[in-house]
Amino acid sequence: MTTATANHDDHGHHGPAKGIMRWVFTTNHKDIGTMYLWFAFTMLFIGGTMALIIRSELFQPGMQLIEPEFFNQMTTMHGLIMVFGAIMPAFVGLANWMVPLMVGAPDMALPRMNNWSFWILPFAFGMLLLTLFTEAGAPNFGWTFYAPLSTTYAPSSVTYFIFGVHMMGISSIMGAINIIATILNLRAPGMTLMKMPLFVWTWLITAYLLIAVMPVLAGVVTMMLMDIHFGTSFFDAAGGGDPVLFQHVFWFFGHPEVYIMILPAFGIVSQIIPTFARKPLFGYASMVYATSSIAFLSFIVWAHHMFTVGLPLQTELFFMYATMLIAIPTGVKVFNWVSTMFRGSMTFETPMLFALAFVVLFTIGGFSGLMLAIAPADFQYHDTYFVVAHFHYVLVPGALFGIIAGVYYWLPKWTGHYYNENLGKFHFWMSFIGVNVTFFPMHFIGLAGMPRRIPDYALQFADFNAIATVGAFVFGFSQLIFLFLLIKTIRGGEKATDQVWEGAEGLEWTIPSPAPYHTFAEPPHVK
Amino acid sequence: MFSRTWQRLSSVVLSLLSAPAVMADWELNMPRGITEVSQSIYELHMLIFWICVWIGVVVFGVMFYSIFKHRKSKGAVASKFHESLGLELLWTAVPTVILIAMAVPATSVLIQMYDTTNADVDIKITGHQWKWQYDYLGEDVGFFSNLTTSQDEIYNRADKGENYLLEVDKHVVVPTGQKIRFLITSNDVIHAWWVPEIAVKKDAIPGYINESWALIPEGQEGLYRGQCAELCGVDHGFMPIVLEAVTADQYQVWLDDQRAAKIAEAAAALGDFTHDELMTKGADVYARSCAACHGGEGQGMGTVFPALAGSSIAINDMAGHIDLVLNGKPGTAMQAFSAQLSEVDMAAVITFERNAWGNDTGETVTPKMIIDAKK
Repeated sequence: MTTATANHDDHGHHGPAKGIMRWVFTTNHKDIGTMYLWFAFTMLFIGGTMALIIRSELFQPGMQLIEPEFFNQMTTMHGLIMVFGAIMPAFVGLANWMVPLMVGAPDMALPRMNNWSFWILPFAFGMLLLTLFTEAGAPNFGWTFYAPLSTTYAPSSVTYFIFGVHMMGISSIMGAINIIATILNLRAPGMTLMKMPLFVWTWLITAYLLIAVMPVLAGVVTMMLMDIHFGTSFFDAAGGGDPVLFQHVFWFFGHPEVYIMILPAFGIVSQIIPTFARKPLFGYASMVYATSSIAFLSFIVWAHHMFTVGLPLQTELFFMYATMLIAIPTGVKVFNWVSTMFRGSMTFETPMLFALAFVVLFTIGGFSGLMLAIAPADFQYHDTYFVVAHFHYVLVPGALFGIIAGVYYWLPKWTGHYYNENLGKFHFWMSFIGVNVTFFPMHFIGLAGMPRRIPDYALQFADFNAIATVGAFVFGFSQLIFLFLLIKTIRGGEKATDQVWEGAEGLEWTIPSPAPYHTFAEPPHVK
Repeated sequence: MFSRTWQRLSSVVLSLLSAPAVMADWELNMPRGITEVSQSIYELHMLIFWICVWIGVVVFGVMFYSIFKHRKSKGAVASKFHESLGLELLWTAVPTVILIAMAVPATSVLIQMYDTTNADVDIKITGHQWKWQYDYLGEDVGFFSNLTTSQDEIYNRADKGENYLLEVDKHVVVPTGQKIRFLITSNDVIHAWWVPEIAVKKDAIPGYINESWALIPEGQEGLYRGQCAELCGVDHGFMPIVLEAVTADQYQVWLDDQRAAKIAEAAAALGDFTHDELMTKGADVYARSCAACHGGEGQGMGTVFPALAGSSIAINDMAGHIDLVLNGKPGTAMQAFSAQLSEVDMAAVITFERNAWGNDTGETVTPKMIIDAKK
């Protein structure tokens, strides 16, 4: 597109500032997106290191490397960092980079707030991570922090955890407002809602979920704060409070949170598959409706995390039926992706490989999710490694593979260089093998009866645990290939064309590669 | 610090190379269990599993067919179709029907699981950090059940036994052929009582009494092992359950034995014990009830669990020491042991703590002193 090129030349003197201050004061959506992505990648390595510490201890029965207390701190911090520090900021980073480019906007609608949303995060996670070095140790009550273990019985670092969660919540809410404002107000002329790319659609819906539930999370941690420091008894049975209330409030946040971590990945995959199948996305409208249905259902299924807390029979049945319903829109999405591939003209570059692995492995996670929805069977599955296998299948080869696929897909647009395809494929196959060797055996040990969150286990679980640990190290170290590839691509490589991929369609492929610092200063026209 | 880590790592590698004989079977699936409910759940689990497998075969079949057939390198040309109302309605309707077919049996099993009426035996189960307490309601029988796996086994200083981490000092004994109702609650944080073979898993929540039930058929007498399923603190992995199913007759005999033992225990407390007797017994009680937090050598653990070796309360203040063990310390993990330990055990363990690991006070605490302290 010539207009964009012309803009770039005209506004050359508005390039980025020099030095560190460029990053501190930037209001540019591309800079902020880049910072979000590097932040998420850093957190991925920190949380991943914790996962490897956990897996090392679980390599064999017996306590070998760490103490049970530190083990609990590791499981807690691993969960918190991966959910709030890696997956969510990575999606926000992708949204920052791509939403303005996809809707033809010059920047995010609220650029200064955008800067603030990002810069809160390093402080929130800095505070959380520093608790590891305090005398009382880091939070040790699991990322779900069930009261009263996280209130009456918590280490003193819980207060830092609460403020950390407040800060992450503020960051997420501001990020979500910004995305909604951008999508609803800054679309290029002619881009109606039903012409938006699916990544934009899924992020719009995700942003509404964030605004709906992050205040609920802030509420529940504030209630904890009151219980711990100000003598209230929201969750203390001895004071007339109710420990189960905690779980209801937490999961009212927690279940939509699960979809916050997967809907943008649906969007990314829905961009990638049509590109490499060279065929329009099958059932665009039904994709939008399915995403909206999943978002709606996410608000009325929270108690399926609580099937064993002793809910009344009627409640149990309601939540079982509602949860099973989610399979329908999710199924529609999977069928649409497969139909998009059907009779296409497919090639298998790295983004496509990750997207295909996403479809298969996320669907496996969906199947185990359906099994978990069946309340009577959940009494056997609940709090075992079967659950660990399930949510890691939807979060690692689900959300994380979605993010990695997106990074490979847009990397040539960001850097102006093609990445090394062989290295990308090597990264894919190592990750694919590693992830399955790690998480597939967890289905077996869970069904055989191994509870989750235990630092040591009975002898019959030994073999599969050893295998899972080997897989975890393969997966973990494979991400160093990704790091190496990213640095290599940023520093140089084959020059990328504007369209980058033969089958790519959309506004982001009309601007030059690398994308100039300012784009769409004049809005493009979408037919 | 690093040399210590390396030492541990190399011991891990060595023990792996020597292929320990304890490595057991490659168990893949949920146990069928021994009750009607557990078997219904197993059937339901397998039904849903096979439905998922078949959906997977069809969906992934089409996908891999496309991947192999419709690839550009084979000269495939993309067609342009991108919607089909009929197809989209079909794949909304078919899953709906499948889901209804799953929901019907699931509902009936769940209704059965919730029917806790007409129980023959009521057992109240209380979760504590980190042990289970069982009270047989109306029978005047009750006790605590502690892990018996030694710290030496856990820390790899001794070979691990067959039932490593799944063995306790007192089994929860239940009769076969009778409907048993479990009334489950907690004294501190949330725990979950789970025995896979009878498919009973229920959260133990402070302030709540949850109900569940099991009817173990006659002929299924035996030991069934389970674990706490809800993260409950540092020793969450170390509070197992051993359920012992016996015939109804044996159950009555066992109840009588328990009551007789309790009377004998109370009488024994009035007898005389030598310092050495108490020390031997005390070491035993310590390993079972105290070592998990205060460490095998009284060294404590982290900042939460203080060391007993060299502790001023264990050397100087005897009355304070007795009071602390009897009544616990509110707001900390130190619980009241007055209901958990007999007077003899209590006297023995306090004597032990005041004389072990260099706390050489030479003092003896007798069961009678405990009885007096309880007054």
